[in-house]
Amino acid sequence: MEVTLRELVTIVHGMLFGGFFLMAIGGAIVMLLEWSSPNPEASPPRPAARWRTTYLVAMVALGWAAVLSGAYVVYPWYRAVAPPGADLAAFPQRLLMSNPTTAGWHTLGMEWKEHVAWFAPMVATMVGFVMLRHRAAWSADRQLRRVVLGFAAVAFLAAAIAGGWGAMINKAAPVRGGDTIQLWRSAP
Amino acid sequence: MTQLPQPASPALAPNGTVAAAILGCSLGCFALGGLAVAADGSKRLAGLLAFYHPTGPLSGVTSVAIAFWLLCWAVFAARWKKKTVALGRVSALASLFLLLGLLLTFPPFGDLLLGR
Repeated sequence: MEVTLRELVTIVHGMLFGGFFLMAIGGAIVMLLEWSSPNPEASPPRPAARWRTTYLVAMVALGWAAVLSGAYVVYPWYRAVAPPGADLAAFPQRLLMSNPTTAGWHTLGMEWKEHVAWFAPMVATMVGFVMLRHRAAWSADRQLRRVVLGFAAVAFLAAAIAGGWGAMINKAAPVRGGDTIQLWRSAP
Repeated sequence: MTQLPQPASPALAPNGTVAAAILGCSLGCFALGGLAVAADGSKRLAGLLAFYHPTGPLSGVTSVAIAFWLLCWAVFAARWKKKTVALGRVSALASLFLLLGLLLTFPPFGDLLLGR
């Protein structure tokens, strides 16, 4: 069972950083909703402050790790220019653009994903900052809770759009190449 | 019966730093969307924004937007540090910028603006 270096990095970018960020921001929204309950007695016990801090900092770090690894490691492999006569299988963007039936994966999917993805860590950073540094204001102001929840929902949406397109584009034209890494040695 | 001391009214507590974080974030997102469309429409700007060649204009679009976000956040935070601002108005404005930014990242909308 083998995987190439580029495939492995793409998996780490999308499934580890992106996937876990998506789950974390979803969890943060649930946490925010619980904290927004008008009746604190009805809410489940709040997690310990240290655990809450660790969770939110990890969420923000995952978001930034996803966009930075995507833009500066995986994307250059995706958009590399193919030399004349090269096998386009190693050049995903060129492969997609070479056929009108697949071009939309790049012109709509990747063009949207590469920009909208950045909303997620930016907004998550703001949400984390408000939750960690301004809990008193959060607890006291319903309007603040509403707007921060709305922003967190946009971060979730942005991450979901980016992750969804990323998975589909990588299915249509996978990022492959580099050294081969053996994950599991099968019996002959 | 002894009355326990009541905390100060939350409505009077300074909320400027929170408002600065929210508005700064939305302006950064709007800048990202706007720059993405502008770079798509101008080859010269796209070339200028290619800070890291293998990533292309995306590197400049996102770097400039992040710098703008952090600058806005810092400036608003410094100005509103001890102030109580109209959070309703700030929230409405921030939501508008965020949604416009989101819309600008959607390629068909950008193409519409660029007359394609």
